[in-house]
Amino acid sequence: MLDQLFQFLVTGITIGSTYALVGLGFALIYNASDVVNFAQGEFVMLGAMTAIALLAAGLPLPLAAIGATLIAVLVGLLLERFAIEPALGASVVATIIITIGAAIFLRGIAMLLWGKDFHSLPAFSGDTPIRLGGATLLPQSLWVLGVTVALVALVRFFLDRTLLGKALLACSFNRAAAQLVGIDVRAMLRLAYGLSAGLGALAGILVAPITFSSYEAGVMLGLKGFSAAIVGGIGNPMGAVAGGLSLGVLESLGAGLISSGYKDAIAFLFVLMVLFFEPTGLFGHKTAERV
Amino acid sequence: MRLAGFYVFAVAVVLLPVLFPDNYFVTVVGIAAGLHVILAVGLNLLMGYAGQISLGHGAFFGMGAYASAILTARYAWPAPLAMFVGLAVAGLVAWLLARPILRLRGHYLAMATLGFGIIVHVVMVQATRWTGGPDGLTGIPALDLLGWPVDSDLRWYAVVAAAALLAIWLSLNLIDSRIGRALRAVHGSEFAAQMLGIDTGRAKTQVFVVSALFAAFAGSLFAHQQGFVSPDSFSLMVSVELVTMVVLGGMASTFGAACGAIALTLLHAGLVVFEDYEMLIHGALLMAVMIFMPQGLFGGLSQGARRLWRALRRGGDN
Repeated sequence: MLDQLFQFLVTGITIGSTYALVGLGFALIYNASDVVNFAQGEFVMLGAMTAIALLAAGLPLPLAAIGATLIAVLVGLLLERFAIEPALGASVVATIIITIGAAIFLRGIAMLLWGKDFHSLPAFSGDTPIRLGGATLLPQSLWVLGVTVALVALVRFFLDRTLLGKALLACSFNRAAAQLVGIDVRAMLRLAYGLSAGLGALAGILVAPITFSSYEAGVMLGLKGFSAAIVGGIGNPMGAVAGGLSLGVLESLGAGLISSGYKDAIAFLFVLMVLFFEPTGLFGHKTAERV
Repeated sequence: MRLAGFYVFAVAVVLLPVLFPDNYFVTVVGIAAGLHVILAVGLNLLMGYAGQISLGHGAFFGMGAYASAILTARYAWPAPLAMFVGLAVAGLVAWLLARPILRLRGHYLAMATLGFGIIVHVVMVQATRWTGGPDGLTGIPALDLLGWPVDSDLRWYAVVAAAALLAIWLSLNLIDSRIGRALRAVHGSEFAAQMLGIDTGRAKTQVFVVSALFAAFAGSLFAHQQGFVSPDSFSLMVSVELVTMVVLGGMASTFGAACGAIALTLLHAGLVVFEDYEMLIHGALLMAVMIFMPQGLFGGLSQGARRLWRALRRGGDN
């Protein structure tokens, strides 16, 4: 029983890491622009699918991964330039629909390029499971965990210790004031989109050997990432990471102990409960609303 | 005078099948458009007037449809009774959900309603014993209105058109009632509305329940008309489409929502010829309309027309 619980925990943390990276991307974009980017999951899908395509074209795996991440970053920048920038200052509903439109558009392109079939990426270092007591661990899970930890640490360092990162955070506190002290707010916006597209794509590439990918794979991943950001208190990058991990673990426990068919329902029920009882998120700052 | 637009709309709806008999676009697409009108007009009460987004309205649509489907196909209940149960369930769920969910705002509200929609969808897929699971339920009998069987496309067109007109009429009257005025005050500034003595929580709850009832009503009709229901018809994408209809219509306009519903239904029927490109075009259009006409397709068009008219008049004066 304890072994089983441990197994669920390991699976949960692995999948939760993906949610954490997607949620981190959500938080970065939300900080810079007050926009919730519903196309975030599509970056995850694009990363995975492009890496698979580049690998099939004969590139070695590391190059395929880097190439796919760069392509996703480019798509993120194009999205910002042609869909978000022209609509700055639009209502919440309008930006939600714009980013949903972008998601459908990207999904449409992926379907044309790669069809409706599931594709998979070979595991980075073999499929021989590692035994840990009574539980088993795929080597790929270690890749997911390791890279996630490294990326989160990098983002944290970037936001806390570099001038550029601080400028990005300044935009989230007060955009007008940031502009007044000489921060190029538009450039920060581009930075946020590029960065979160890259994070999403890396998450997709990391998890593709475990979960497979298809043109639709981004929908649920994007929504879970959004949930992670909300649970963590929207706009709080490290909160999003914590939110993603807790969501992943809860989902995996729910799937194992209750019913795997209902795992998405369990995850969203958790999100609803958090919103009902702690509407600013579990790790968010308490803020008063201005009238 | 207040209902002038309504009469024009009603005449157009009646004339269409007379002018274009046996036209696929009028009857078959028209039925879908009519159901969408009911859904969009209901959602518009919540979004356009009370200013609360719901990305989970497909769930209430589904509750109405599944209540009718399960009770009539499996237990041979009479259709009106099944429809009543669907309305009651959707209304009750909306009422229970309204207070906690409508306290949230903006993206939090979007997330919560979205989550609710997904939970209901998962139940439709998983509760196989009741819902038939992903394959859905078949064998739902056609409606029978006091011995008049609704069994042809044209008859369905008539029933759905009548229902859609009823929905528009109800919505127009509701907006001009005391509740409607309270809602508009909530949309303007919830805080100011409270200061004026409006019980904003109650007003929002009422409109949430009403718009859920509209959706469940459309769901019941949909189930009987299709003779078949499956979870696909009530997915997240459907909820997103409904929101898009309201926004396309410019929000806060009953006719806008109705026109948005009709426009999007026609768009889908038209995009089918593009087959694999449908998704791509659909996404691009959504972005383009919101970027270039954030006040909605009809707001944008009518503003353009007004500008053109003014320019023409000025040209005439000179």
